[in-house]
Amino acid sequence: MARAVVTVPPRARRGEIVEIKTLAQHPMETGFRRTQTGELIPRDIIRTFRCSYNGTEVFRAELHPAIAANPLIAFTTVATESGTLSFEWAGDNGYTVTEIAAIKVE
Amino acid sequence: MSLRLLLLAACFAGASARAGEIPPDQRRSGYETMSRETRAIQDDDATNPGMLSVLDGEALWKRKAGAADRACADCHKSMKGVAARYPAFDPARGRPVTLEQRINGCIVERQKAPALAYESKELLALTAYVALQSRGLPIAPRIDAKTRPFLEAGREAFHRRQGQLNLSCALCHDDNWGRHLAGSPIPQGHPTGYPIYRLEWQSLGSLERRLRNCLFGIRAQVPGFGSDELVDLELYLMWRARGMKLEAPAVRP
Repeated sequence: MARAVVTVPPRARRGEIVEIKTLAQHPMETGFRRTQTGELIPRDIIRTFRCSYNGTEVFRAELHPAIAANPLIAFTTVATESGTLSFEWAGDNGYTVTEIAAIKVE
Repeated sequence: MSLRLLLLAACFAGASARAGEIPPDQRRSGYETMSRETRAIQDDDATNPGMLSVLDGEALWKRKAGAADRACADCHKSMKGVAARYPAFDPARGRPVTLEQRINGCIVERQKAPALAYESKELLALTAYVALQSRGLPIAPRIDAKTRPFLEAGREAFHRRQGQLNLSCALCHDDNWGRHLAGSPIPQGHPTGYPIYRLEWQSLGSLERRLRNCLFGIRAQVPGFGSDELVDLELYLMWRARGMKLEAPAVRP
C-alpha cells in the first residue's frame, strides 16, 4: 500500500500565499536497525519529493534516514493561475507515488 | 492528641487526596498533556498519519473477501457509535470481546476468510476506520449482569501490584497523574483515542499494544494479545473513561 494525501485549498485569490500539506505513507526504514537475530534491516526510505505547479517546479526536498515514518511535508507557494499541482515522491525499492490536485485562482 | 500526631494525620490527608478513583470532573484525556505541536498533528486530518490507515481501512471495508465473497460494507452501513461501546458482551464466547476480536469474528464466520493477525496493518486499519465513525461520541460500554463480573476482574487487575517493580496501574494513573516519570507527564490513562498513532512507534497501534508496553515496563509477565486479562482490563478502562469523547485515531508522543 502506497498512499499519499495532499491538501490544497481548492480556490485562492491571485497572488495569495497558499499552504500545501502532503502526507505520504512510508515506513522510512533507516537501514541502521537490526532484527532480534542481528541482521541489518535494509534501508527503505523516500529519497526525493517534488511539487510542480502547471509544469513548473515550485518545491523540492531530499529526504534522508532519521526522517520520521509517514513524512509530513508542508510548504507554501504563490497562487498565480488556475491549474494543477502535481506531487511526486520517489525512493528506494522502486517506490514512486504521484498525486495531483486542482486549484482555482480568481 | 499531640501536635505531632495531628501533623502526621494532616500529611496523610494531603497524600491521600490523590488516592482512589479520579472524580468525573477531573478526568483528562492524554491529549491535554501533549505538546502544542503533537496536538496540532492530531487536530488536522490532513496531518494526522492515522488517517492514512483509515483510508486503507475504508478500502478493506469495501473489498469482497473470503470464501463467502462478501465485503463488510455488504452487511454493515454506518458503524457510528460502535467503537464507543466495546469491549461488548459476545453471547457465543460468554464474555466481552474487543472491537478487534469482533472484526476478526466477523471475518472468520461471515466472510469465511482467515483471521487477521493482531497488530497487522489490515486489522488496525479496519479498527481505525470503524473507530473514526464514533469520533466525538461519549464512551459508553454496556455494564449489566453479564459484563459486571468482567468489569470487576478488570478493576482488580488495575489495582493489583505486579511485576519486579511491584507496581499497579492505579499507583501511577489514579494516584500520580500529572506528575512526571523520567521527564514524561503521567497521563490518567483513558483509552479515548485507540487505535492511536504513537510517534514513538512510528505507526498505528492498539490499546492492547499499549497495555503490554506498560506491563513490560513494570517487568510483569505480559499477557498475550486477546487474552482474557487484557480484555477485562480494557473493559474496566473504558468504563473508567465513560462519558469522555472518543478522538480516534489519536496521535500520542
